Amino acid sequence: MPIITASKTQPSYDVIVVGSGAAGGQTAYTCALEGAKVLMLEAGRNYDPVKETPMFQTNGQAPLRGASTPDKPFGFHDATVDGGWQVPGEPYTSASDDPERQFWWWRARMLGGRTNHWGRISLRNGPYDFKPRSRDGLGFDWPIGYADVAPYYDKVEMLVGVYGSNEGLENTPDSPAGVLMPPPAMRAGERYTQKYAKTLGIPVVPIHRAVMSVRQDADRLPKLIHPGNLRAQALLAESMRSRQACFWATPCGRGCSIKANYQSTTVHLPPALASGNLDIVPNAMAREVITDDRGRATGVIYIDKTTGKEQRVRGRVVVLAASSAESVRIMLNSKSGLFPNGLANSSGLVGKYIMDTVGASLGGQIPALEGLPLHNEDGAGGNHAYVPWWLYKEQLAGKLGFARGYHIEFNSGRQMPSHGTGAGLDLLTGGSYGRKFKEDARRYYGSQLGFAGRGEMIPNDNSFCEIDPKVKDKWGIPVLRFNWKWSEHETRQAAHMQKTFAELITAMGGRVSRPPAADGAKAIEPGGKIIHEVGGTIMGSDPRKSVTNQWCQTWDVKNLFVTDGGPFCSNADKNPTLTIMALAWRASDHLLSELKKGNL
Amino acid sequence: MDRRDAIRWMVTAATTAAVLDPFTFAAEPGVVVAKGYGTDPDLLKTYQPGEVWRLTFNDEQRAIAIALCDTIIPSDAGGPAASRVKVHDFIDEWISAPYPGHELDRKVIVDGLAWIDAEAQRRFGAGFVNLVARQRNAICDSICFEPKAQPEFKTAARFFRRFRDLTAGGYYTTPEGMKDIGYTGNVPLDKFEGPPPEVLQKLGLA
Repeated sequence: MPIITASKTQPSYDVIVVGSGAAGGQTAYTCALEGAKVLMLEAGRNYDPVKETPMFQTNGQAPLRGASTPDKPFGFHDATVDGGWQVPGEPYTSASDDPERQFWWWRARMLGGRTNHWGRISLRNGPYDFKPRSRDGLGFDWPIGYADVAPYYDKVEMLVGVYGSNEGLENTPDSPAGVLMPPPAMRAGERYTQKYAKTLGIPVVPIHRAVMSVRQDADRLPKLIHPGNLRAQALLAESMRSRQACFWATPCGRGCSIKANYQSTTVHLPPALASGNLDIVPNAMAREVITDDRGRATGVIYIDKTTGKEQRVRGRVVVLAASSAESVRIMLNSKSGLFPNGLANSSGLVGKYIMDTVGASLGGQIPALEGLPLHNEDGAGGNHAYVPWWLYKEQLAGKLGFARGYHIEFNSGRQMPSHGTGAGLDLLTGGSYGRKFKEDARRYYGSQLGFAGRGEMIPNDNSFCEIDPKVKDKWGIPVLRFNWKWSEHETRQAAHMQKTFAELITAMGGRVSRPPAADGAKAIEPGGKIIHEVGGTIMGSDPRKSVTNQWCQTWDVKNLFVTDGGPFCSNADKNPTLTIMALAWRASDHLLSELKKGNL
Repeated sequence: MDRRDAIRWMVTAATTAAVLDPFTFAAEPGVVVAKGYGTDPDLLKTYQPGEVWRLTFNDEQRAIAIALCDTIIPSDAGGPAASRVKVHDFIDEWISAPYPGHELDRKVIVDGLAWIDAEAQRRFGAGFVNLVARQRNAICDSICFEPKAQPEFKTAARFFRRFRDLTAGGYYTTPEGMKDIGYTGNVPLDKFEGPPPEVLQKLGLA
């Protein structure tokens, strides 16, 4: 079974998966390798990272030296195809004209979705992160705890390949021995930051990223990942042998033609396709889930973008993995006599409690890093180090004025020159030009550090999405309208980030690029800008107060699952992708077991 | 530019708040998506300025841009002058791009090139291109640092800062410029060893 066109689908499937990113990829992988017949619908085009990734192209080879544009918001060579905060012909709307109340919705219309370009930062939620309400009285507890998810974190990390270290830090879980790959050596700027952060009581440790620092052990890992399933073990071993370790060049955001990092298109989909159990229809824009008169899902209606025609496919189980907001959109557009408010929405909570990550940033210039002996600092095409949240005790004691934590990502060193290299130096140089400017450019190149905070947002009643009553996209599908508001927990956290970054830069003897913002509302990035949106179909233990149960299975429609970030009922500062995959795997195991028992 | 282009420039100018800061993204909700290279361009090929959209400079503007590029980045032991690696063509590409924000630079650069040529005539009775280095530098000294520029040179100083930033970005992204500034990456390695001992020693980390 292969990548096919709409006319080639089978009469029926065991499982229909809408979406092909972290959630769809993991769901299809687990189901197909366990023998279920799976159809995957992807709204974007087919995409092959092995053939399409610009691995060694320089910015000088791109239009505008690779600078970001509305067509390519993360720069020309970014992997994203047909995506961004705006997708032509597929709008969304905002309930408010106030920029602070607007949400930016990133989509990628391509096979593999956002996994092709993401930062690969792979942090586990800790025990506190699943029970935040029990800890501080805010938001929601999950119906599951860390122990329920830990075995799936283990499996995902072994499957995709994650480098990092075990530091034994509070609420920052270690992985079992033999799961993580060795972290790459820290760069000069990372080690320098570590030294001075320590004087402020701030830990700098190796970050965890889904990048293979060494090759996977294809003899050992498949047995641990698929015990008792020899066919799956063989398929996975073959896939692992086709992946190379990182060769310490080219940014991961471009994707990876040697499959050294995780993207759905190089890790989840090839073995799933090789199983013969997966069909993929690209250019298939899902519009609604079809139900029968008993209220069970029977299939999906989608628009074949290559012809503009409506198509129907049938399945015993439907899994929405379209990204949290797109899955909400499909559910709310699936109205019927039995489900007048949208599918699986008896709680009225579909679309409610959407969350992003709090983001704020500040840069500085560090004289000690000027003019260091030349050396190659490319490394793993992303961060080697980070600051995990370090003030749990102070926060619990109420000393900080905001309830949840953040981690710090930072970059440093002589990165591949871009259109911004050598720009904005006049405040350091007094406006040099000529040969003096060339000397200054060499001197200051690589002496800047950029800090970015990534913090937890608490779900609130003012942040939700709904169907816009008037606007439809070019396919005739009603679009989402977003409502957004940060609370003081987030804006105060952003102000704390600013203060911390300034302290770090000052401790290193550096100069901040601008004064740190005292008003967090001015420092905080717009909602959606960090592209960590989750929630909208939150899980819980009470059908009146949640959309899905702990298995990502909707309360109202037993054979409808949501395996993307939608069921998150909190959004820890840990970037969501790893947890999305772990929960999708867990949900898929449950789905398969229920399917075997005849319960679906 | 023709009328359709003109309307497009105005529409994008009216809707953008994008400052061309390398650390911000130009995309914003509601911004008109202009016709550029599209959302699915070929990422593997090498592009030349003028290949995707029409360029702006006439011969005169181009000549002044070359002279100013080379005043900012002349040749030295580290690398060639900016015009040798066609940085002026990149600046032309940049100010001609049909994306929000670029039309602001288009006005700044086109007006600035006209100003610097007029200033050359005023001070030395010749176009900027025909000045000797000492004369070019005399003008640049008046406008090279905006905070210290005299009031009558403030606008020109903002132009100069923008032009210098674009010259630098254009230059240091060429193979010659990457070598000049000391970028040694973009090559596959068997191992990543981290900073060498002399770096750690200099930083007090050894």
